[in-house]
This record gives sequence, structure tokens and C-alpha cells, in this order.
Amino acid sequence: MSFLELKDLRIHFPTDDGLVKSVDGLSFSLERGKTLGIVGESGSGKSVTSLGILGLHKGGRARISGEIWLDGEELVGASQEHVRKLRGKKMAMIFQDPLSAMHPFYTVGDQIIEAYRIHNDVSKKVARKHAIDMLGRVGIPQPERRVDSYPHEFSGGMRQRAMIAMALSCDPELLIADEPTTALDVTVQAQILDLMRDLQRDFDAALIVITHDLGVVAELSDDILVMYGGKCVEYGTSEDIFERPEHPYTWGLLGSMPRLDREPTERLLPIKGSPPSLINVPSGCAFHPRCAFEERTGGLGSTKVPELLETEGGHLVRCHLSHERRRAIWENEIKPNLEAS
Amino acid sequence: MMKRSGAALLAAGVALTLGLTACGGGGGGNEAAKDNGGSSAGGAQDAFNAGIDKVYNPSDKKGGTLKMAISEDWDSVDPGDTYYALSWNLIRIYGRSLVMYNPAPGAEGRKLVPDLAESLGTPSDGGKTWTYKLRTGVKFEDGTPITSKDVKYAVLRSMDKSTFVNGPTYFNDWLDLPKDFKSVYKTPDVNTDQAIETPDDQTIVFHLNRAFGGFDNFAALPGTIPVPKDKDTGIKYRDHVIASGPYMFDKVEPGKQYTLVRNPNWDPATDPNRKALPDGYEISLGVNADDLDNRIISGDLHVDLAGSGVQPAALGRVLSDPAMKARVDNPTSARTWYTSIIGDVPPLDNVECRKAVIYGADRVSLQNAYGGEFAGGDIATSLMPPSIGGWKKLDLYPTGTGDAAKAKEALTACGKPDGFETTMAYRSDRPKEKATAEALQQSLAKVGIKLTLKGYPTSDYYSLYAGKPDFVKKNSIGLATNGWGADWNDGFGFMSQITDSRTIRAAGNYNLSVKSPEIDALIDQAYVETDTAKRDELWAQVDQKVMENAFVLPSVYSKSVLVRGKGVTNAFVTGAFDMYDYLAMGVQQ
Amino acid sequence: MVAYIIRRLIGAAVMLAVVSMVTFSIFFVVPRAAGATAEDFAARYVGKTATDETISKLADSLGFNDPVVVQYGRWVKGIFAGSEYNTGASVESCPAPCFGYSFITHQPVWPDLMDRLPVTLSLALGAAVVWLLAGIGTGVLSALRRGSIFDRAAMTVALAGVSLPIFFTGIVSLVVFSYGLGITAPGGVYVPLFENPVQWAYHLLLPWITLAFLYAASYARLTRAGMLETMGEDYIRTARAKGLPERMVVVKHGLRGALTPIVTIFGLDFGLLLGGAVLTEKTFTLNGVGKYAINAIVKNDLPQIMGVTMLAAFFVVFANLVVDLLYAVVDPRVRLG
Repeated sequence: MSFLELKDLRIHFPTDDGLVKSVDGLSFSLERGKTLGIVGESGSGKSVTSLGILGLHKGGRARISGEIWLDGEELVGASQEHVRKLRGKKMAMIFQDPLSAMHPFYTVGDQIIEAYRIHNDVSKKVARKHAIDMLGRVGIPQPERRVDSYPHEFSGGMRQRAMIAMALSCDPELLIADEPTTALDVTVQAQILDLMRDLQRDFDAALIVITHDLGVVAELSDDILVMYGGKCVEYGTSEDIFERPEHPYTWGLLGSMPRLDREPTERLLPIKGSPPSLINVPSGCAFHPRCAFEERTGGLGSTKVPELLETEGGHLVRCHLSHERRRAIWENEIKPNLEAS
Repeated sequence: MMKRSGAALLAAGVALTLGLTACGGGGGGNEAAKDNGGSSAGGAQDAFNAGIDKVYNPSDKKGGTLKMAISEDWDSVDPGDTYYALSWNLIRIYGRSLVMYNPAPGAEGRKLVPDLAESLGTPSDGGKTWTYKLRTGVKFEDGTPITSKDVKYAVLRSMDKSTFVNGPTYFNDWLDLPKDFKSVYKTPDVNTDQAIETPDDQTIVFHLNRAFGGFDNFAALPGTIPVPKDKDTGIKYRDHVIASGPYMFDKVEPGKQYTLVRNPNWDPATDPNRKALPDGYEISLGVNADDLDNRIISGDLHVDLAGSGVQPAALGRVLSDPAMKARVDNPTSARTWYTSIIGDVPPLDNVECRKAVIYGADRVSLQNAYGGEFAGGDIATSLMPPSIGGWKKLDLYPTGTGDAAKAKEALTACGKPDGFETTMAYRSDRPKEKATAEALQQSLAKVGIKLTLKGYPTSDYYSLYAGKPDFVKKNSIGLATNGWGADWNDGFGFMSQITDSRTIRAAGNYNLSVKSPEIDALIDQAYVETDTAKRDELWAQVDQKVMENAFVLPSVYSKSVLVRGKGVTNAFVTGAFDMYDYLAMGVQQ
Repeated sequence: MVAYIIRRLIGAAVMLAVVSMVTFSIFFVVPRAAGATAEDFAARYVGKTATDETISKLADSLGFNDPVVVQYGRWVKGIFAGSEYNTGASVESCPAPCFGYSFITHQPVWPDLMDRLPVTLSLALGAAVVWLLAGIGTGVLSALRRGSIFDRAAMTVALAGVSLPIFFTGIVSLVVFSYGLGITAPGGVYVPLFENPVQWAYHLLLPWITLAFLYAASYARLTRAGMLETMGEDYIRTARAKGLPERMVVVKHGLRGALTPIVTIFGLDFGLLLGGAVLTEKTFTLNGVGKYAINAIVKNDLPQIMGVTMLAAFFVVFANLVVDLLYAVVDPRVRLG
């Protein structure tokens, strides 16, 4: 069994308007030292998945089923208290906007110390020293001084570094980064991504990077999981996804990805339409209303939910079109367009 | 009702009659006092009015603490500086004046009996000189014997009106003082023997500037309660009044609390009037009025010191529950609530227009405005209340819900057949007067008299607004709520300040509307008349003239709903103050 | 920081001076507008058959014949330099700060106020503890169980608390708990804390609860709203992701975040209360600053009115300053300047 394994994970939220199926049958696995990128638009279920792994939906209204195995332990059925003790220690999370994700009334140091002391029975002094160490490790200059600063006294990039230091303070084996660079400007983004790559290597942790930006996962990930409407629509190695993508949605994402090798004046190619409602999920393939190739499925798109099937070497795709047709479309219609544009 | 509730000892005439009455009673006062109202049968049975004209739960048992409370405060506990009826009632527990009101129920309580003096005063020189012999063996709380010099000092000091602004001014007006005497503080060395002589320690002789038959009433003023000169601290004496009565001050916390304990130097052998039943008194000041009622009802307190009755909030409960009503006494006081109809303001200068106001008024709604039959009082047909000697029931106007036809008739006679407009003043912080004004506005509107209502604060009502003729004329105030009470149930005492047009000053008047040479002449006649019955008859005539001229619209002869505290003994309403007699009351052990 | 405090203190002093001038003028200006003379003012403080002579003497001795500015100057001088007071029998000196002598009771105002302050202080402190505990506790629970029966019940009671006047709740609770059940003390008694702490608390319990009821209600609503907001903040998710126990998440992170408006309101409420919990003191007959104030106003007792106004104004101004300083402590993002 892998270090992290999700089996048919479903996270549903009952609301007054109906059942919201945020995550609907998600499975994947991840080994230590490896990085998985989860990509999708907002509402695709990627953040809900990560919070689900941390057990942060428990006690709320969510209905969770399926299995989450972490290092041989099943978490969905585990007690809240048990999962809480794993949180922050065995599995940690880096959030999107460090300004709002850090408590404005406590110093950065206090917040790291707090995280550390919850899981380690050490004195405040020791914890403080550890906090300073961690800040130094994530590249914050003069950590002895900055440890007493408040989050608002940090720049955006510094804050994200501090956030990472906090997440790493208990030496977690699974690290989930939810849009770790979205709130930052481009040059700082690159620095943070570099930092995360280095740290992951140092800590030998399993890393999940959640993003809507394929560019980010391109830099970091070994494997990439593309989510749409709470389901995985394509899964494969980084190479699979970038070189041989097979799902029309993935193509769309690639088209809308800003690339450093393109001229900034070039137009991106957005995916038409908007993300599906998770209450009234479109019949058949959830993506079919937005899919440019729907008519080529011979009506299957709107009637039958496609299976997630392996095409070759662990590359999984959820699409009614045949492997060959997808390859043909990619090679003949999509790829030239992406390169030409 | 005046600025100072209650005590309206107004002028010499009051004293005149009462003095005669008391003299008529002779030395019998002592005897009457001893058995607390003599023949009046009393019992411990709770019943409505069980404390009126008889003693409720008579007892001679000593002990316990009598707990009293008052929602406000009164002017002062200094005997030389107080003018509240409740204060004159209470003061008898710690101070002994030359003469005092007999602690007995009903009318018996209005009789004067000697207190510090051995007997009532002996007049000589045709009533210009009055001599009193003090009892021997009477001592201050510190054991110092009380002499006539202490009484003289007390009287003289109370006359310093720049220091003691609250008390009455009888001695200032009547004593034959030397011109160069200013006050005991400013001119301590001026010989005052021409006014008050103390030939020996037991004798005090008052010399008046003119003859006066009722001086015993002056001798009953708290001003004759002795004050030791070396303990007098001027205006601060109120912080530690030296007791001559059976109780002395223990704790004095101005505005908060007084406690009194037994005075070890009071000798019952020198005092035939006081039973001194409780071991002490606890007097709380500024108690929330509604809470005060509740505490009396629950038994936590014995007496509402103000003696003016329960608050509207408790009224319904007290009167509707038979068990509670059995604890109620409902005395009539010598007080009338009325509306002045001011002839200075046209068209009310025409008597017919004034009459129209009285005819048009819904008298029942006015009674209700004051609290109805029990808490307000009976519908008044005249200014003078029934407990005043010589009172006659007048029947000049209907007392129903208003007589529109007669009002219209009067308006036509006045030349205002369609009615007129005028302004009515009332004390805005008194809900009853506000209700009165509103009731009147409603009923008069039906006959075409339109009232504009204007409320003024009580504290400045007489000094700045309704009692100031300039203001009244300038603002066309044709009607103004008013009220008056006397502690002495005598025509002069009740009527002179509110019917004598010659007393009207630039400001601070209580007489807002009665202006008639005819009435002034009657007052002069009454003043010189020495025969009580004839004098009473003259005051009744004044009352009649006031109503004939429609100077006032009377609302009610005031009644109050008093609740007897749980476990009180010897409780009764005294005719001297129309409230419980605080000297006589004891506590069940 | 120090410069800031000094600047604020100067501002506070100016504020107090303005308050004193306004109060002083109101006392004189309004009646003057109705044509009051010096004698008319004096007539408020005499017995009912006082002669014109008595009144004019009193007007003189109370200084009403002087221009208002001179009278005000005398009052200010008394505060800083003390003054003298003629008792008739002798002349007493009234050391600074001398806020004058009551026109009616002839007691010096300052000792009177200092005598009554502990009562108000005890009342306010105890009530504050009760309402903070009850209000914040209820608010937190309500927010955490939003929509539950507890939440709805609590918010209904809170609405009642805000709407019911204290002279109603006070009198009713006295009748029920003190006179009916006999479990609490009747009104009107104050035992100093250092004399007998148990009796102190026993006699103040009902006033505390009654007064606190009024405030707890609004604090519960405020806390609930604040908690609903902060518990949805990202940093709460972060705190949970760190593995903090839920209680710590709620209190240390959620409540701490919701505390800022509560601290502000509390400072001002408390400052106002120290200037006299008028209705509560009146209802329960507690001889505190509030009852003193109401009595002073009813009786037009200028020195008392001035004294109590200044004391109340001082507490309000001071509370404002403390709140602003606390603000910087509570929320490190706030800079004083």
C-alpha cells in the first residue's frame, strides 16, 4: 500500500437546495518524496479533497464515505481526536492567502510555537528556538528578530514562507499546499516554488499541490490529477499531462495556461462556459455542456457517465471518445493551435 | 401642594384658634396623652381604616427597631431649619419642644399638650407676654441639664434666616427684638432680654411685639427644641443634632440614612407624653418609591415616612386584595387639589367665562386624574377642605361629567358663545397634574374652550412660571394646576396664603388667581375676630366667594392610601399631620 | 506612544473644561431665558414661607448676584485652590479639590462623591463580570450552535434583556427573589467590600444580575455576530489544520478575533457606568454616584450637579482613552499616532 491512498472518496454536503457532491468518487495514491498536483477550476472539489484528507470536514455537515489511508491507517473511520493529533504533525497544510490564513493578533513566532508545542511536549523557550530555526530554514532573514513580528508586518512572500515554516514545524510526512502561490506576484511565486521543491526533498515528504494553474504543477509535480465536477477526469505523470493530454478539459486548461515562453500580448484561450453546478450535475459526462467534441461521442456525452479508464502506463482518462480519437484530436487540432497561438 | 410637602403652618391666625382650643382644654392634655386617645377603642384586628380615629394594635411593649424609609429626603433634621410635616411629626422622637401635639388618634392629635414645659403657656400683659416653666430633671443626650437658656438660644438661632432658610418665620415676625440684633452668630453680644427673658434656669418668658392669644402654637414649633450653644455648628448642626427626647442620633449619613438609638439621659419621669416603645429607629433615605411600597407590603419596612400614600403601581394591588385592603388606612388630609382660573388673562377676566370653565369640566375625570376615590380623594365642591373648622358644603356647580348647556349659557353671557382659547400650565413631572390638564382639555373642548397645555418643572413652577404674574400674563396662562395643604386645620392657615390678593408678589406666589377686594375685606374681618365660631363662619364665607367668583376649579379633597407596616403596634393616624403618628408607633416583639 | 498619551490627556482636560462650562451655563441659561433673577434662583432652596429678605440674603450668600463668569471662576478656583465655607456659626475651609458645598444638604460635594463612588464601582465591577461571562459565554455558544434551540432561546432572552427597562426587571426580581423567595437581599443595603466581602456580594447580587442582564443581552448578540464572522475566517481553518483542540480554536483564535469590538463597547459602557448606574441605583436604593446625580438634578443643586457631571465626564473621557490604548493591545495592526 502506498503512503497515502484515497479510495472512492465521496464528500457530500446536504444543503437546503439539495445535495452538493463536492467530491464524488475520488481515488489516487501517493508515495513519500513524491509530488502530486491536483488541478481544476474553483469548485472542482480539489480544496474539499485536501480538507477531507486532514479531517477538517468532520463534525460539520459533510457526509464522507470511502477510505483514506495514510501510512497504513484509515482516517475516514478514525476518531476526530485521533485525526486531530495527526493534523499538523503527520500531515500539514499550507494555505492560499497567508495574510488571512494567519491570525492577525498573534506574532508569527507565536503561531509557529503554538503549532509546535501542540504536538511536542517542550518548553516555550525550546519551541521558540525551533520557530526561529524554521524561519531561517524557509529563508527569512534575521529570524531572531522576525519571530516577534506580526503577519501584517511581513511582505506577501515572507508571509508565505512563514506559513510554510509553520506547516513544516512538526516535520510532517504529508504536506498539502493549497494554491500556495496564487496570492503572490510572479517573481515571488518562483521563489516559493523553488523553496517548496527544496524543502520537500529535505523533508522527504509526500506533497500535494492544489492549484488551478497548470504552470505551478508543471514545476513541481511528479503526477498530476485533473479534477472536474468532483471527479478525476485525467490522471497521469507530469509528462503524460503536458505531452499527451487526452481529456478535452485538460486541453482547455492547457490553452488557458499563461506560459513564460509565450508573448504576454498573446490571447489565452479560455474554456467556454462555466463550472458545473454540483447540485444539478449535468447528465452524462459532467463536462459535456462545455465540451467542443461532445457531438463526436454520438450522443453518449449527455446520457452516460464515462468511466475513468487507463489508456497506457497508468495514464487515466474519463472520456467517451476513444483513445485513438483523442490522440488524433490532440495531435491534429489542439497541439498545433496551442503552439501557433 | 407646595414646594415643601405638608407643613403649611402659615400665619399667626392658625395659632390663634388652636391656642384657644388648647387653652380651653386646660391641663387636661396630660391626661389625654397618657392613655393615648382616651376612650377610643382599638384592636389588633386588620381592617380597612383600623388606624383612623382609633389605635390599631395598642401596646405598651418596648423593644425592636422601627424601620422607616422615604423616597426623597426632607429639608433638615435640625429643629431650627425644618418645615416638613413629616419632619415635625418625627422630630418629637429626638427633640422636646415647650409644647407638643398630643400623640393621639384623629382630632385628639391636634390638641396641644405641654412637653418641655410643665404646663401650657401663661399669658400676661394682655397676651403680649408668655411665660413657661420648664420641667426639672430634663437632660440633653450628654447628660447636661436642659435650661431655659438652651431654649432661648434655640429660638434665637432659628431666626437667622441667612443660615437657616427652611424653617418658619413666626418668631422673626412676632418677637420684640432689639433693632441691632442680627443673629446669634453675627451679634452674639446684643442683649435680647426684651424679646426672651430667662430669669432662672427653669423659666422662659417671651415678649411679643403685639398681643397674640395663640402663642402655644409657636411654642410647639420645632424651633423651641433646646440647642446647647457650645454644640451649635450652624448649618452643620444637622449632622449631629443633640437630642432632648428619648432617642438620639447614632448614625447620620446625609441623603442616605439615619439611625437613632435610645437616649440614656432621657428620663420617662419627666415625660408624660412619650411611650418610647421601639429600641431604635432605622430611617433610610432616597429609597426607590415602588420598592418602598413593596417592602412595606412584604413586611421588610414599617413606615413610609413621607406619609403621602402608596405609589400608583401598588395602588391597584393594595385596594383590590381584601387581605391587603385590611392593612390600609385612608385618611382625608387638609389638602385640596385644584386648578386656578386666572382672571388676569382675557377673556377669563369675565366671571362668566370662568364659570364656563367650571361648568364644562368633567369633574369625575378630574377625580380620576388624581387617582380616584381612595388615592385621589372625594370630588371637591370648594377650595377649603372639610376638615377645616367652619367648612360648609357648597353646591354652586354640578359635580358630574360636565354640564355643556350651562357652560354654553355662561359663554354666551361672557360674549364668547363660540368659546375661546387659552393656555393651561401644569407641573410636567407630576403625572397626576398632567392627567388633570389632559382631562380638562378634553372636556372643555366639547364646549368650545380650546386649551393649549404647557408643562413646567416643579422646582421652578412657582418661582419662574405659574407663580410669576409677569410670566403668566405674557404667556396668556389662563389655567394652572395647583394644590394647597395645611397642617393646622384652620381657616386662616389654609386660606390666607392662597386667597389674600395682597400677598401676591413679583414671583413665587401660591395664590395664582384669587383677587377680590371683597375677599380681602372678609380676611381682615376674620383676622381680628376672636370668637372661633364667628371666625370659622367668616372663612366659610371666603370659601363661598372664591367659588361664586369662579377663581378656582376644585378637583379633590385629598385622601391618601397608607399601608400599615407588618407587626406595628400602637398605630394610628394623627389629626395633626394626617399621617401615622411616628412618636406613638411601636414594633411587635 | 508617550507623546500620544500626553496629547490625549491634554485633549481630555480641555474636554472636561468644556463640559464644566456647558453644564454651568445650562444651569443658569435656561432659567434666565425664562426671566429668572438671582432671587428666583435662591427661591428654589428655601422653605415655603421664606420672606423676600431671606431669599435675597441667600441669593447673596450663594453668589447668584455675580455674573455667571465670576461664579464659574469661583468654582474653578475652589477645585485648584480650595475655598472657604460659612456655616453660620463658623467658617470652614474646604481644601482642594473643593467642588463646593451642596446648596441643600450643605455637605461638601467631593467627599460625598468619594463616599458614593465605591458603591457605584462595586456595582459596575460585579455587574461587568457577570455580563461579560454570561454575555460572551452565551454569544460563543450561540454562534457555535447557530440555529439550534439554545441559540434561538438565548437570542430571544437577549432581546428581552435589551428591551426591558431596569426599573421593571429590578422591581420584579426584588419582589420575586427578595420578598417572595427570600433568597436574595432586599434593596437599599451596601456593605463595603473590605468590611465583609460575603455580605458585600450578597447585597449586590441582585443588582449585579439585573444590571448585567441588560448588558449581557447586547454582549451576547455582539459576541455571537463576531464569532460567526471570525469562525469563518481562514485563520480558524489554519488553527484547526495545526491540530489545535477545538476549545483552543474557539477561544484562543475565534474569540480573540471577535474581541475587538467587545473591548471597545465594554470600555465605553463601563466608563459610563462609573459615572453612575442611575436606574439601577435608584431601583435598588444603592447610594452610589447615579442616585446622587438624580437627586442633584431633581433638586437643582448646582454644586452637586457640577461635581457629579465632572466625575462622570472624567470616567467617560478616561474610558475612551483606555479603550484607544487597549485597541492597540488587542489588535496589533492598530497604530497609535
